[in-house]
Amino acid sequence: MSELSAARKKQQIRELSAAQKNYLTAQKKHKVTVRLGRFLLFAVFLFIWEGAASAGLIDSFIFSSPSRVARCFTEMLLDRSILVHMGITLSETVVSFGLVTLCALAVTIFLWFHRRLSETLEPCLVILNSLPKSALAPLLIVWLGASWRTIIITGMSVALFGSILSLYTSFSSVDPEKIKLIYTLGGRKSHVMTKVILPSNIPSLFSIMKVNIGLCLVGVVIGEFIAARQGLGYLIIYGSQVFKLDWVIMSIVLLCIMAMGLYGLLGLAEKRYLKRL
Amino acid sequence: MEKLLELHSVGYSYHTLQGETPALSNINFTVHRGEFVAVVGPSGCGKTTLLSLLSGLLEPEHGSILLYGQKLFEKGSGTIGYMLQHDHLFEWRTVEQNVLLGPEIQKKLTARKREEVSDMLKTYGLYRFKDARPSQLSGGMRQRAALIRTLALNPELLLLDEPFSALDYQTRLTVGDDIGTIIKKEHKTAVLVTHDLAEAVSLGERVIILTKRPGTIQNIIPIGFPASLSPLERRNAPEFKDYFNQLWKEMNET
Repeated sequence: MSELSAARKKQQIRELSAAQKNYLTAQKKHKVTVRLGRFLLFAVFLFIWEGAASAGLIDSFIFSSPSRVARCFTEMLLDRSILVHMGITLSETVVSFGLVTLCALAVTIFLWFHRRLSETLEPCLVILNSLPKSALAPLLIVWLGASWRTIIITGMSVALFGSILSLYTSFSSVDPEKIKLIYTLGGRKSHVMTKVILPSNIPSLFSIMKVNIGLCLVGVVIGEFIAARQGLGYLIIYGSQVFKLDWVIMSIVLLCIMAMGLYGLLGLAEKRYLKRL
Repeated sequence: MEKLLELHSVGYSYHTLQGETPALSNINFTVHRGEFVAVVGPSGCGKTTLLSLLSGLLEPEHGSILLYGQKLFEKGSGTIGYMLQHDHLFEWRTVEQNVLLGPEIQKKLTARKREEVSDMLKTYGLYRFKDARPSQLSGGMRQRAALIRTLALNPELLLLDEPFSALDYQTRLTVGDDIGTIIKKEHKTAVLVTHDLAEAVSLGERVIILTKRPGTIQNIIPIGFPASLSPLERRNAPEFKDYFNQLWKEMNET
């Protein structure tokens, strides 16, 4: 039966009808237009910014300009200082992201096995999740000192509680019939976890991770605002204090690129996982 | 014939904060070794509850269930296979990994077991697809894979909970025929729960009719086709209509 349908598919690939060809070109055109539009938007934005700065419409001392940002970046690239700042922010983000993922998984698995405990703890988690985590940062600095530990924990605090809540929800929404199946095959609760709950939740784990990577970056930058001597967050706060706004804007641009890159990497990993299925 | 399963005045109720809902009461019947028993009844009469009790997933509130004369709960499962309404094949496993799930869970995944299951896959036309994902199988093949997964643990008693209800009518007939034939060939004892009277007549050697909630036994009707007839051939036999009408009449009296 499936051989037949495979044969039919092959045939379809060989001889496309005119209508199908039209449809495909229209789709392709649509994709190209969108991409071109995005690029144009970006280019126009840069052009207006640069033009306005050089024509004196905006004060480039305060608003900087694309060329000033680029010059600043090359200078800092030459003395390698920007690489250090980026490297520190990046590694702090990756570490806190990794720890959030591990902790959230471990805590959620534990809570899933202990229903009474999880119901008891639920209000705490909800409160901790809705609390503005930047409020915790000054407290953490007192407790842990101005060190990388504070920064990583600030990064974790932003993402951890929400991840536990959403992971627990998706653990609980696994089809009860699938769980019943494990019991009918003579399995125990631990088998339900390893054979059904975990494998069926990998897609939702990926989507939680994709949200977390951005949140961790936010948390790390907040941490660097108050507890760092290096890193992009430090560069932003220091730059604004000494009116080196080129630093501030360059750091924001670099954070954008970093966030995009990290998100893209996770998207790639997710795609590879789904393809393997 | 050897008695495999005995139910003595079995009853069960569901408890919620809103109150108690009796699902089954005073169920008595016996299943002999190698027999195929079908259970029919209006929806919500506790058919699935009955299977959960027989499989040992639920413990009866009243009465007792004996398997080979021993209390079910003292024996533990393993001799009982349960086939659910949907196949629940896991998409993250290949077909072969899916059918080996039972032995894997019970730590009985020996080379011999693998071979046994491979043979079953070959016999029932799935061996070519052993490395495929379940989504690549047709509805009927998926149901066959689910049956092999159940059979992989060598159960003596098979419990079937409307295993064809998720299929379209045509597939239903062929898969019903397939699965009925496989069960006969493997000499298994089976209890099938269904709301489809024609299915009950085409597969069962006896049909137990349950009343509305709380389910009790209204009648047990023996179905006397020659043993050589397959489920599909039964549907074409002249007596089929009579049995169907008899069931229909009984059902409408509940």
